[in-house]
Amino acid sequence: MAATAIDSKKPVGALLRLLKRIALLRESPVGMIGAALVLFWILVALLAPLISPYDPNENYMDDFANLGPSMVYWLGRDNQGRDILSRIIWGSRIVLTVGPIATFCAYLVGCSMGLLAGYYRGWIDVVISRISDIILSFPVIILYLIIISQFGPSALNIVLAVTFIASPQVSRIVRGLTLELRERDYVAAAKMRGESAIYIMLVEILPNARGPLIVDACLRMGYTTIAIGVLGFLGLGLPPPDPDWGGMVKDTYTMMSSSPYMSLFPCMAISSLVVGFNMLADGLREISLRD
Amino acid sequence: MPPVLELQNARISYFTRAGEINVVPGVSFKLEQGEALGLVGESGCGKSTVAFSVMNYLSGVGRLTGGRILFEGQDMSKMSAEALRKIRGGRMAMVYQDPMSSLNPVMPVGRQLMEVPVIHQNASQAEARRRALEMLGEVNLPDPESVFDRYPHQLSGGQQQRVVIAMALMSEPSLLLMDEPTTGLDVTVEAAVLDLVARLRDKHNSSIVFISHNLGTVVRICDRIGVMYAGELVEEGAIGEVFRNPRHPYTRGLLDCIPVLGSSKTSSALAPIPGQMPPAINRPKGCIFASRCKYVEAARCTAGPIDTTSVPDEVGHRVQCVRSAELPPREPPKPSGEAIVSKGNKEEVLNVDHLQKFYRQSPSIFAGGKAYDVKALNDISMMAKRGMTLAIVGESGCGKSTFAKVLTGIEQSTGGKVVLDDEEIGTQPVERRADAIKRKLQMVFQNPDSTLNPSHSIGYIVERSLRRLKRLGRGQARAEARKLMETVKLPAEFVDRKPRQLSGGQKQRVAIARALAGDPEVVVADEPVSALDVSVQAAIVNLLIELQASRDTTLIFISHDLSVVRYLADRVAVMYLGKIVEFGNVEDVYLPPYHPYTEALLSAVPIPDPDLKQKRIILEGNLPSVRDVPAGCPFATRCPRKVGQICDDVPPPELTTATGHRIACHIPLAELQRVDPVISRAAE
Repeated sequence: MAATAIDSKKPVGALLRLLKRIALLRESPVGMIGAALVLFWILVALLAPLISPYDPNENYMDDFANLGPSMVYWLGRDNQGRDILSRIIWGSRIVLTVGPIATFCAYLVGCSMGLLAGYYRGWIDVVISRISDIILSFPVIILYLIIISQFGPSALNIVLAVTFIASPQVSRIVRGLTLELRERDYVAAAKMRGESAIYIMLVEILPNARGPLIVDACLRMGYTTIAIGVLGFLGLGLPPPDPDWGGMVKDTYTMMSSSPYMSLFPCMAISSLVVGFNMLADGLREISLRD
Repeated sequence: MPPVLELQNARISYFTRAGEINVVPGVSFKLEQGEALGLVGESGCGKSTVAFSVMNYLSGVGRLTGGRILFEGQDMSKMSAEALRKIRGGRMAMVYQDPMSSLNPVMPVGRQLMEVPVIHQNASQAEARRRALEMLGEVNLPDPESVFDRYPHQLSGGQQQRVVIAMALMSEPSLLLMDEPTTGLDVTVEAAVLDLVARLRDKHNSSIVFISHNLGTVVRICDRIGVMYAGELVEEGAIGEVFRNPRHPYTRGLLDCIPVLGSSKTSSALAPIPGQMPPAINRPKGCIFASRCKYVEAARCTAGPIDTTSVPDEVGHRVQCVRSAELPPREPPKPSGEAIVSKGNKEEVLNVDHLQKFYRQSPSIFAGGKAYDVKALNDISMMAKRGMTLAIVGESGCGKSTFAKVLTGIEQSTGGKVVLDDEEIGTQPVERRADAIKRKLQMVFQNPDSTLNPSHSIGYIVERSLRRLKRLGRGQARAEARKLMETVKLPAEFVDRKPRQLSGGQKQRVAIARALAGDPEVVVADEPVSALDVSVQAAIVNLLIELQASRDTTLIFISHDLSVVRYLADRVAVMYLGKIVEFGNVEDVYLPPYHPYTEALLSAVPIPDPDLKQKRIILEGNLPSVRDVPAGCPFATRCPRKVGQICDDVPPPELTTATGHRIACHIPLAELQRVDPVISRAAE
């Protein structure tokens, strides 16, 4: 009952803090560039139906001898005559929904694991940390391949795979922060007024771990973008014909020598988003170190 | 011959994103060969900045923006980097507060010492080694040969600081800068280090700039004192003259807010300085202290810059105050009368009986060894009455914080009893304590920066405690929280603030409000004032006394500061290595008969009054390791009054006087009673 009382107030405060933090970003040029790149792609994804010039899945067969960039098809068409610009625009929706959802799920699981391990220590910590270690000891890409090829390519399975692979990494960070924060006097004070363990973990400890976690979440969003791209490239992304940046590269990389633009543009889309996330993370770290 | 150091109107600024911040608008002083000047002031007053600027070592952001700093007549700012390098560590050396960060952790200390002559005097390796060993002996380190090959982490804090001092003295510098060199040390270790500095100073005839927030340490070391406030040297003069005849209101304010060992809440009062130091970015036009000064006179004090004037008949005594000549003689603050509460025979609230807390150390799987117990608390018995203050004093590692943890249920006892209002609480972890007990016993913590959750507002912190401990509804809790804020003398609007918007003292007030939320019977305060500046400390101590009197709360006050304890407490327990060596009414403990440890502690406390004479008892050696605490008296290894083998082998009997004053010692009571008091007034 008590916990809900705070939660009702929380979103507003959190949003305000977030806005303030973004305003602080002005002082970090790197962070500003990152934010601009990420914001650009978010806008593209939101406005896809309005700004996309063609149907992304339609095969436009006119003037098939000349597929390259032109006044009609700005970024050209792929080997099946589909408009690359429209496919990139619609593809951003996939990346920017699956990526954040997967990262969010990984954080949900990872934070819970890390808080439990760091707060209770003892055998709970041993069990959680060993399981994490086992998962972390596998090469990431092989884990993705095993999971997706086992359960089939779909948005849901990508989310599950990212959660499975990234949550031990998040758990490690959260555990380390929790181990430090649980020794603070305000945690002892909370115990002395009879707070529950859940309350202490969620209300006393977690909010104070947010600084490093926000930076990490940003970086992790970049990693997830890469993972989605790689899975698409390996044919384990979303089922065709829906546009998916990695899948676009896969469909056209054989044409690399004759028509490099076909895979180059989706590659640029992926890297600009990843670089955007990384620079944003750098900027956030920079301003968090200042205050 | 020019003075060793001369600052001529030195103006120092830091350059930040917000632009230039002028932290020191203009400081002038001179230091002759062999002279020791103490710079005192509260945190943020610029004393360290001055020291770093003398070294010409203000890092990237600070710069001397006006005036001159002359070292042996030469202008430091005109020297080349090469010349500066020769001077630093050669003719000018610095000792910092934290010895661990001044020593290289991956190099044996002897090799670090050898670097000084090798670099500065082109000495040969053999010569450097010989001199390093000699120096280690000179700073009273036992067995210099073995210390030479040890790494810094293998030495205790006091030994590390001696090594740093040895390093600073290696090249026989003409100027030694010491920045809070004893602040992190225990009081007996501090006394030994101060004694060492005084002795070496006589021997080497070095000039010293000694920076400290503790007026008492300055009295021990220095000939002259400079009082700094907000970057300005407000008063400077010979120690005796400044203490006997302080002419600046700020100096008087400082003296009025520190308890001098021997004064108590019934015999004197602490008068905190109202207000806060103005931020350096927003300096007033006139006197910087005007906003907090009780002698302020609007037109003269705030109109323009204040000149430094000399005090008539006192050579070298200078004051930066327009009214210095008109100030009445200083009167120590008198107790208001309210503080004296009738201490009738109240009932017992807390009884601790033969309490034990052992930590079992298991043998290592790989290295082997035997399991052993660390006896953090060993057979502790004491008792606290309602409305009284029970103080627990002792140096670090004596078990006083463990005791607080057992009381509050963060740790559990392994033997004996802790009874609060007829209920055993020593074995109850805080999670399993009944709400009634949680309400009865609350705690105030030491570190103001970690005591409040930085993510929560002040209002939430206080309201939450009210709702948990008193089961109040939300509206009621809000109203009650505002009342509590008033009780601890904070403006009610503070409920909307975050902890980072509060000063250290304000945070500690909120922590007190939080502890009072459930109307507790017992408040455990673990070093609640030791991280605060003296003027803030005085205000918090006054608040604790006042609240205790009005609410009849029992206060368990844990502290290493014997002056504050003397001022505040009714009963005192002196702890050493998990044992209570002396327990009794505060008046009895601070007068003979003493336990030899108490006697040594009292003689080590730096007293900010040059007219008080103190016995000098320097404890040599270190605390014994937790693994081999003597079977007999824990203090036997360092005791200057050791009787003989019996002290090592047989636990001392408890001697009790007629007033219930307990001393655990082998020396007969009659003999202990013959010991002279540690402190006496020189004139008498």
